[in-house]
Amino acid sequence: MSRLASGGQIDRSRDLDVLFDGRQLVAHPGDTLASALLANGIRLVGRSFKYHRPRGILAAGSEEPNALVTIGHHAARIPNVRATMQEAHDGLVAFSQNRWPTLGLDLMAVNDLASPFLGAGFYYKTFMWPAAFWERLYEPLIRRAAGLGRLDTAPDRDLHEKAFAFCDLLVIGAGPAGLMAALTAGRAGARVILADEDFRLGGRLNAERLEVGGQPGAAWAAAAVAELAAMPNLRLMPRTTVTGAYDGGTYGALERVSEHVGLPPEHAPRNAFWRIVARRAVLASGAIERPLAFPDNDRPGIMLAGALRAYLNRWSVAPGRRAVVFTDNDDGWRTARDLADAGVEVAALVDSREDVALPEGPWRGHAGAAITGTRGRRGLKAVRLRDRAGESWIEADCLAVSGGWNPALHLSCHMNGRPDWDAAIAAFVPAAGAVPGLAAAGAAAGAFSTRAALSGGVAAAAAALADLGMAAPPVEIPEAEDAPTRIVPLWRVRGAKGRAWLDFQNDVTVKDVALAARENFASVEHMKRYTTLGMATDQGKTSGVAGLAVLAELTGRGIAATGTTTFRPPYTPVPIAALGAGGAGQGLAPQRFLPAHDAIAEAGAAFVEAGLWYRPSHYPAPGESGWRPACDREAGFVRNAVGICDVTTLGKIDVQGPDAAEFLDRVYANTISTLATGRVRYGLMLREDGFVMDDGTAARLGEMHFLLTTTTAAAGQVMAHLEFCAQCLWPELDVAVLSVTEHWAQVAVAGPRSRDLVNDILARPVSDADFPFMACGEAAVAGVAGRLFRISFSGEHAYEIAVPAGHGAALYERLVAGAAARGGGAYGLEALNVLRIEKGLLTHAELHGRTTAEDLGLGRMIATAKDCIGKVNAARPALKGAGREQLVGLAPLDPAGRLLAGAHLVALGADPLAENDLGYLTSACHSPTLGHDIALGFLRDGRARRGAVLRAVCRLRDRDTACRVVPLPFVDPEGGRLRG
Amino acid sequence: MRLICPLCGERDLREFVYRGAAVLLQRPAPEAGAAAFLDYLVTRDNPAGPNAELWQHEGGCRAWLRVVRDTRDHDVLEVALAPGLAR
Ligand SMILES: [Zn+2]
Repeated sequence: MSRLASGGQIDRSRDLDVLFDGRQLVAHPGDTLASALLANGIRLVGRSFKYHRPRGILAAGSEEPNALVTIGHHAARIPNVRATMQEAHDGLVAFSQNRWPTLGLDLMAVNDLASPFLGAGFYYKTFMWPAAFWERLYEPLIRRAAGLGRLDTAPDRDLHEKAFAFCDLLVIGAGPAGLMAALTAGRAGARVILADEDFRLGGRLNAERLEVGGQPGAAWAAAAVAELAAMPNLRLMPRTTVTGAYDGGTYGALERVSEHVGLPPEHAPRNAFWRIVARRAVLASGAIERPLAFPDNDRPGIMLAGALRAYLNRWSVAPGRRAVVFTDNDDGWRTARDLADAGVEVAALVDSREDVALPEGPWRGHAGAAITGTRGRRGLKAVRLRDRAGESWIEADCLAVSGGWNPALHLSCHMNGRPDWDAAIAAFVPAAGAVPGLAAAGAAAGAFSTRAALSGGVAAAAAALADLGMAAPPVEIPEAEDAPTRIVPLWRVRGAKGRAWLDFQNDVTVKDVALAARENFASVEHMKRYTTLGMATDQGKTSGVAGLAVLAELTGRGIAATGTTTFRPPYTPVPIAALGAGGAGQGLAPQRFLPAHDAIAEAGAAFVEAGLWYRPSHYPAPGESGWRPACDREAGFVRNAVGICDVTTLGKIDVQGPDAAEFLDRVYANTISTLATGRVRYGLMLREDGFVMDDGTAARLGEMHFLLTTTTAAAGQVMAHLEFCAQCLWPELDVAVLSVTEHWAQVAVAGPRSRDLVNDILARPVSDADFPFMACGEAAVAGVAGRLFRISFSGEHAYEIAVPAGHGAALYERLVAGAAARGGGAYGLEALNVLRIEKGLLTHAELHGRTTAEDLGLGRMIATAKDCIGKVNAARPALKGAGREQLVGLAPLDPAGRLLAGAHLVALGADPLAENDLGYLTSACHSPTLGHDIALGFLRDGRARRGAVLRAVCRLRDRDTACRVVPLPFVDPEGGRLRG
Repeated sequence: MRLICPLCGERDLREFVYRGAAVLLQRPAPEAGAAAFLDYLVTRDNPAGPNAELWQHEGGCRAWLRVVRDTRDHDVLEVALAPGLAR
C-alpha cells in the first residue's frame, strides 16, 4: 500500500468495491481509479498503441495519455476511459487493454524489438504494393497489432441526453481564476454557469499545499464553492467538460451525469451533452504540464511533477519510495519539497538549467544536469544522471518530470484562432479576441502564480460585466503566493542514445520527428500527419508543444515561426451516444400518424413510411400471401364498388386575401383567377429554373379564399416556396398563406358507389347535377362542419371529405363500415398507386426535379397571358427542344412480361449500355384491370414513338422485357367513369 | 451560429434554413429575358467577407430574413425582415 497515513481529500471511513483486472483494490470515496491504482501499488496499467510498451500513470487529469482502461458496465464495456477521470465507486470494474494475453505478458510487445523498422512513415513506405494485399493482408494485420480498446458492438443500453442552457457568463474551469470570476459575476447578479471537468471544484488548489487568504487552498476553494452554491443565479456544473467553442457564443459541454455511480439511477442519463449559449465566457481552464524527452522516458513510475503533487496532497498517495525530480523550471522544485515533507526519500533534484541556485532540502541537487536513461521494464528501477561529474545510475522507483506548463488554451483556438508564443514563460498563450466574447484568465492565460490567477479571474469577470452593462462589485483578492515563472525550456535531452518519447499515446519519439524533418515533412501539419504526433485520443495535450519545439530546433526556424497545428473540438473525447442522444431507434425521426391510424392498425394494415408519415400499404386478408392479392382486391373495391383511403398526408395550404387569386396566378403555371367559387382546378407549379416543382389542386372556397393541396412529398417545400413568394417577391400583394395540413383530416371516397356512400353521411345529399366533377364546398358531415371536394386520383367518380382533424378517425371508421356494406372497403398505398398509374397520374416518381411541363405533356398548361414563377426559364431551348425524355406509357408485348421501375429503355437490337440509353421507367405495377404489367417512364422523344417496341432492362433484378409505347391513360381514356 | 429574428429574438441556427444569396429578392421583370433570369438564378459572388443571404425562421415564425453574414467568421452583421413582412 502506498497510501499515506493521513490527509487527502478522501473519505477513509468508507471502503469501495473496485476491481482492476480481477484484483480487488482498496479505494475510498474521493479516489479516482488512477489514485486507487497508485494507492494499491499498481504501476503498470496499460500498453502503448504501437510498440506495446508497458505504461503507467503519467498525469492526474484529462490529459492522461497512458492510463486508458475499459470499464465494465451492465454487460457492456466502455473502452479508452482515462483512469485519471474515472471516479472510484462501489462496483467499479476496470480492465487493462491493448495487451494479450495479460498486461504483464503481452506477446505483441515483440513490436518493441522491431521498432527500428516501425518508425514514422513506416506504414506508408512498407505497405505500398501490391494494392490487392491491402484488403486481405496488410490492413487486418495492422488493425490487429495497433489500436487501443475494443468497441463494444452490443446496443447501448444507457440513456443519454441533450440539454440546453443560457447564461450571461460561462466560466470554464473552477480553479482559483474560475472561482474568483464566478464569485465576481455571481455577486453582481449575473446568470453564471461554472463548469469544471473534475468532480471536486478548486483546480490546482486541491493538488497543492498553498495558502489562500491565510487558509489552506483547498479549504478556501471549498468555502468559495459553498458561497457559489447558495447563489440562485449561479449554476455549478462539476464533471462537465466544455468541449468546444462555436459561433455566436455557443459552447458544447459533456456532463458525465452518472459515470461516478456505476448503474445510473432509473431515468438518469449516463452522459448529457450540453449546448450552452453564453453572452460572455471566461476560459479558466488552467495549464497542462509538459513531460521531458530523454531516452526511455515512458516507463511506469515516471510521472508529471504536478501530477505527483496531486496524488500526494489530494489523494494522500506516495507513488514511490525513492524519488528523483527532473525539471527545467522552478515549479518542479515544489514536488521535491512535497515529497520530502510526505516522508518520501528524494534521491536527487535534477535541474537542467546551468546557473540556477537549487533550493536546500534533504536531497542532492544537480544543476546543469539531465536524466539520460532509465531502467526497469515493468516499472522504473533506476535513472541515469549526467552532471558535471559524468554519468551515474541512481536507484529510484519514481521520477517526477517537469518541462514547464502549457496554458490549456484549446478552446480559444476553436474558431480558427492561433495562439501567441510567449518566450518569457516558454509557452503559447491565447490570442485575445480569437473567440468573440471569450477571455482567458489565470494559468490558461499564462499567469501561473496563484495570486495572478485570483486577480486574473476578477479582472476577466469585471470586463465581461462591463461589456454586459452590469456593475462589478468590489472584490477583495485574497493573499496568495505570487512566484515568478522561471524556466529555460529543455525540449529534448541531447547527446543521449535511445528513444525519447514525445507522444506517449501514439508512440512518437524525437527520432520520428527528426525523420519527418529530414524527409521534408517540415511543416508542423505535415509532421503531425507523418508521425501521427498528437493524433491519438488525447490529441497531444502533453506532446503537441514539445513536438513542434523539437521540430523548430531541428529546422532552425524557431517556435513562433513553426506555429501550432489546428486545435479542433472536442477538447476531450465525447461519446457519439451523447452527441446523438435521443436519436437512436424511433428517435431518429419524428413519426406522423394519420387521424385514422389506430383504426387502420386495428384492421391489420401493413404500414409504409411516406416521408415522416406512416400510411397503410395494404390490408392483408386471411389466406392472402404477400401484398399483391390484397392490392388487387383493394383496387377492385375502387373500380367496382367504393374504396376508402385516409389522404390527410396531402399538403393543405390555405390562401386568403384580396390578392389571393393574383398571387396564385403568379405561382401556378396555369391560370387560377378565372376559377369560380365552388370549383376546383388542377394546378402545376414550376420552380424558377423552369422545372416542375409540384402538382395539386386549387379549390376556391370564396372570392378571397383558396385551399391548395400539394403532394405529400412536397408539402414542406411548397409551403416554404409560397412564403418566399409572398414575403420576398411580391410585398405589394395582400395575401396570407398558412399550412393547414394538420388541421384537417381528409378521406378519399372513390368508386362507382361513392356518391351513395357520401350521401349517407351528408346533411344535404349531393347530386351529379348540382355537385359535378371538380366541385367543392362547405358541407355538414354527420353533424360536423366540413368540406366536400369532388376530385379523384383514381379515375373513378370520387369525393374527398375534410373534417377537423379530431373527427378524422370517426369519419374514416364510418366510411369504411359503409363501404364494406356496399361491397367495398379500405384501400392502401399499393392500390392507390396502381389506380393512379392506370390513369397516368403523376407523383414525385415522375415529378423528380428534372422534368419540365413539356416533358410531362403538360406544356400547354403554362398560360401565355401572364407571368409565373419559372415561365421564362421553362422557355429555354434546352428545356423544350428535340431529344428530351418525355412521359410515355409502356406495356409488355407478352402479357406475362414484367416491368420494373428503374429499368432502362434501349432499342430492340441494342445492347443495354449507357450510350444506347433511351430512357427509364419511373412507376410500374401489375394492372388488375388490364391483367398485365403497365409502366410510366421517360423516353427520348417519346411522344413521337407511340407504338415503338423497346427493351426494358433492369440489371438489378435481371429483367429484360420487350415492351410497347402505348397512349396514356391505360384505363378509361375518355374519362367517362371520372365525370359520370 | 445564432441569428436574431426580428420577430422572435435570438435563436439557434437549427431553427433556420438557408436559401441562398439575397439576390433572390430582386426577381427580374418577366420581359427582362433569359439572360437576366440566368443571372438571377445562378450567377453569384463568392465573397470572403460580408454576404447578403436569405434565411427562413422555419422552426419559428416562418419569416424570411435578409441576413448579412461575414463568411469568414460567421459574424452576423444585419438581420432584416423580408419586404413583405416589413410593411
Ligand atoms: Zn422568428
